[in-house]
Amino acid sequence: MSEYSQYLFWVPLFPLIGFLLNGLLLGRLPRPLISFIGCASVGLSLVVSALLFFDLKGMPPEARLIEQTLFSWIPAGSLHVNIGYLLDPLSAVMILVVSGVAFLIHIYSVGYMHHDPGYGRYFSYLNLFTFAMLTLVLADNFVFMFVGWEGVGLCSYLLIGFWFERKSASDAGKKAFIVNRIGDFGFLIGMFIIFWQVGSLEFRTVMETAPTVFFAGGALITTACILLFVGAIGKSAQIPLYVWLPDAMEGPTPVSALIHAATMVTAGVYMIVRTNVLYMMAPDALLVVAIVGAVTAIYSATIGLAQNDIKRVLAYSTVSQLGYMFLACGVAAFTAGIFHLMTHAYFKALLFLGSGAVIHAMSSEQDIRKMGGLRKYLPVTYWTFLLATLAISGIPGFSGFFSKDEILWKSFSSQFGHPIFWVIGFITAGLTAFYMFRLVYLTFHGQERMDEHTKAHLHEAPKSMTVPLVVLAVLAVIGGWVGIPHVLGFTNHFERWMEPVMSQGARSAESHALAAAGGHAGVEIALMVASVALVLIAIFLARMFYNKRPELATNFREKLSGIHRILLNKYYVDEIYGAILVRPVVYLSLFLWKIVDVVFIDGLINGLATAYSDVSQYCRSVQTGRVRSYATLFVIGVVVLVAYVVLR
Amino acid sequence: MVPITVYLIVAAVLFGIGTLGVLISRNIIIMFMSIELMLNAANLALIAFSRALNVADGHAFVFLVLTVAAAEAAVGLAMVITLYRNRETINIDRFNLMKW
Amino acid sequence: MNLDTIVFFVSAIVAVFGATMMIAQRNPVASVLYFIVSLVAQAVLYIQLGSVFMAAVLIIVYAGAIMVLFLFVIMLLNLRGQEDLSDNSPPVSRFTKYLVSALLFVEMWFVVKSGFFPDAGQVGVMAEFPGTFGSVEEIATVLFTRYLYPFELTSILILAAIVGAVVMAKRERNGGTPSAPSKGQEPVNTIDEVGR
Repeated sequence: MSEYSQYLFWVPLFPLIGFLLNGLLLGRLPRPLISFIGCASVGLSLVVSALLFFDLKGMPPEARLIEQTLFSWIPAGSLHVNIGYLLDPLSAVMILVVSGVAFLIHIYSVGYMHHDPGYGRYFSYLNLFTFAMLTLVLADNFVFMFVGWEGVGLCSYLLIGFWFERKSASDAGKKAFIVNRIGDFGFLIGMFIIFWQVGSLEFRTVMETAPTVFFAGGALITTACILLFVGAIGKSAQIPLYVWLPDAMEGPTPVSALIHAATMVTAGVYMIVRTNVLYMMAPDALLVVAIVGAVTAIYSATIGLAQNDIKRVLAYSTVSQLGYMFLACGVAAFTAGIFHLMTHAYFKALLFLGSGAVIHAMSSEQDIRKMGGLRKYLPVTYWTFLLATLAISGIPGFSGFFSKDEILWKSFSSQFGHPIFWVIGFITAGLTAFYMFRLVYLTFHGQERMDEHTKAHLHEAPKSMTVPLVVLAVLAVIGGWVGIPHVLGFTNHFERWMEPVMSQGARSAESHALAAAGGHAGVEIALMVASVALVLIAIFLARMFYNKRPELATNFREKLSGIHRILLNKYYVDEIYGAILVRPVVYLSLFLWKIVDVVFIDGLINGLATAYSDVSQYCRSVQTGRVRSYATLFVIGVVVLVAYVVLR
Repeated sequence: MVPITVYLIVAAVLFGIGTLGVLISRNIIIMFMSIELMLNAANLALIAFSRALNVADGHAFVFLVLTVAAAEAAVGLAMVITLYRNRETINIDRFNLMKW
Repeated sequence: MNLDTIVFFVSAIVAVFGATMMIAQRNPVASVLYFIVSLVAQAVLYIQLGSVFMAAVLIIVYAGAIMVLFLFVIMLLNLRGQEDLSDNSPPVSRFTKYLVSALLFVEMWFVVKSGFFPDAGQVGVMAEFPGTFGSVEEIATVLFTRYLYPFELTSILILAAIVGAVVMAKRERNGGTPSAPSKGQEPVNTIDEVGR
C-alpha cells in the first residue's frame, strides 16, 4: 500500500465538510468566509486527488489499485455493502477532472453569484454536489455508487431550482429529478440481477466472477447491462430521457457548467466504463448503447441548429457530445469514451462559463438574436470562447480533435463498430461545427443588435470569472495531447494509462485496433482528413450565413420554415410526452383521489363508524328504565341458568 | 300420608305465582307482596326438607329468613312512602328514569 | 284417604288460591287480606310437617307484623285502588311473562321428580316423627350454637333496616323532599320528554 492510501476518503470528505459548514451556518457567515470554505474544500480535494494520482503513477501498472474500506454499512445476510473507496486509473482520471473543474467553477461562482441573496445556500449545494460526485466515482461497490448517483440527482434538482420563486425553474428541477428517477429504476433492476447471479455487489468481485457466472451473450447479462444503461440514459440525457437537460438551463450558469456539462451527465459514461467487463460479455447490449448514442448525437445536433437561447444551444450540444461518448462505449472503445469525457469537460465547461460571462455582461439577456459584436467589449471572454469552439469542432491540435477523432476511427474500425456509425458521427461533427460557429458569429461578431440600455452596461467579467476561463482554455488546448493516437507517431499515453481498467476483451479489441492501425494507417489518416475537411466547410458556411451574408440565413429559414419550426420546437417531444405520459398519470391520480380515496376508503371508514353508531343506537333501546322489563329479563336469565343446571 | 315431594310441588307453585305477580302487576305494593310470597315458598320448601332429613337446621334457617324478610319489608315500604311522596302514584311504570 | 291427606289438600288449595287472588286485585287492602289467608293455610302446612313452633312464628311475625305494616302503609298513603294497575304491556310481553313463570315451575317439577330427594316415607301429622322434632328447644339449640354467627349478623341487619326505614320515611321540615314537584302537576310526561 502506498503512503497516501489512507487519505483516499479525504477526497470526498472535504466537500462534505464544506457543505456542512456552509449549510448549517449559512446566512450567518460573512460572504468572504463562505466563498473561502466553498472553494478551499474543493481545492483541498484537488490537491489530495493530485497526490493520489502521482502516487498511483509511481506504481507498476498491474498493481495500480488503492482501496480503502471505512466501515461495513449493510451487513444483511448474504448482502454485504461497505462504505469503501476504490482508486484505479479510471477513478484517478475522474477525480482529477471532477475536482479540477469543480474548483475552477467554484471560483467562477464567487464572481457570478456575487449579487445573489442565496449565496450561502448556493455554495453549500455546490459542495454537496461535489461530494456526491466524488463518492460516485470513488465508490467500490454498486450500492455506494448508487448513493452518489442519487446524490448528484438530488443536487441537480436543488441547483436547477435554485431560483425557486420562478415557476419555470422549480418545474425544471422537478422534471430533472423525475426523469432521472425513471432511469434509476432501470439501474436498480440491473443491479438486482447482478446481485442475484453473482451474490455480491462489489466491483472487484463482480468483475472477477462475472465471466464464470453469466453465459457470455446470454439473456441475463444482456438484460442487466441494458437495464444499467437505462439508468445511464436518464442520468446522461440520451434518447428518450434527455428532455430534462435543456430545461435544466433554468439554473445558474455555473451550475449548468459543472453539472450538466462536465460532471453529473458524465456519470452514465463512467458507470459503463467501470462495468466494461460486463458489457464485453453482452455484445447486444453494446449494440444498443452504440445505436442510442449515435442517434442521440445526430438528433440533438439538429435541434441545436435552430435554437436561439445561448444556453439551450450549449445544452443540446452537450446531449450530442454525450451521444458520442456512448457511441464510443458501444463500440468497445471505452478509453476513447473517457478521453472524450475529459476533453469535453474542459471545453464544455469553458463554453458555459463563457456564456455566463456574456449573460452577466448583457444584464441577464440570453437570446442570441439580441446580441452581436460583443467581441470588442468582452475580449477575454471572446478569445476563450473561440478556443473552446475550435476544440469542440475538432480542429486539429486542439483537445477535442484528438478525442473525437479517436471515437470516429474506433466506430469505423472496431470489431463492434460499423461504417454507418462513422457516417452518423461524421455528419454530426459537421453539424456541431456549424451550430457552434453560428453561435460565435451571432454573439460576438456582426452588428450590435442589443438595445441602448444594455449596451451601456456592457463590461468584461471580474477577475474571479475570467481567470477560470483562461485556465480552462489552456486545458482545452493542451488537454488532448496526452492521447494523441499512435498513427500520428506519438504514444497514446492515455490509452496506456487506462489499460488495467479494461477487460480482456476490450483490451484485445484495443490492441486489435492498434495493430490494425499499423496496417490500416492509411484508412485512419484518410478518415481524419475527411472529417477535418467537413468541419472546415461547415465553418465556412456558418461564416457565410451568419456573418457575411445574414440575409441568406433568413431566406433559408423562410424556405424551410416547416422544418425550422420543428427543430425550434425540439420535435415537439415535450408536448408528446405531456400528452401520452403525463396527462394519463394526472388523470389516474385525480381518479384515485376523487373516487377511490374519497368515495371508497373514506366512505368505508365513515360508513363503518356510522354503522356502529346505528347499531349501538338500536341496542340502547333495551334499557327502558322500566323495572318490570328488567325483572322479566332477570327471570328469563334465571330460567336459562336453572335449565342448564337441571339438564346437565 | 303425603310424600315430601308434594309439599315441594306446592312450594314450587307458590314460587311461580309469586314470580308472575312480580312481573305483571304495576302496583308496587302487590309487587312487594309477591316478593314476600316467593320468600314464603322458599320457607315452605325448607321446612319440608327439614322434616325429610329430620334435622332442625331448616327451622333455624327459616327463622333467619323470616327476620330478613321483615327487615326488607320495613325498608322497602319506607322507600314506597318516599316514592309516593314524590310522584303521587304507585304505578311502577312511572318510575323509569334509569334508562338511556 | 285419611284426614291427613284431606287437610293437606285443603290447605294447599287455599294457599294457592289465596296467592292467586292476591296478585289479581285492584284494591291493595284486599290483596293484603288474601295474602294473609294464604299465610294461614301455609301455617297449617307447617303444622302438618311437624314444625309447630315455626307455624306459630309465621302467624305472629309474618301475618301479624309484616302484613300489618303493609296495611299501615296502605292506609298512610290512602291507596284506594282507583287506578287500574293491571298489566297493560303488549301481548307478546305478557305472554312471555306467563311463559317464564310457568317454565320456572316446570323446571322445579323436573328437579323434584328426578327422584333425587330422600323420600322420608310419608309425612303428615299422623306419621311418626321423633319426639322433640319441631320443638322450641331443638330450634334454639341449633340456632344458638351452630347458627350463632348468622343470628348475630341478622340482628345487625335489623338495626340497619330500622335506621334506614326511619331515615327514608322521615318527612322534611318544609313539607316534602326538595326535588319533588308539587301536587297537581303531571310530572311523568315531563320526565319522559326530558329523558328522551
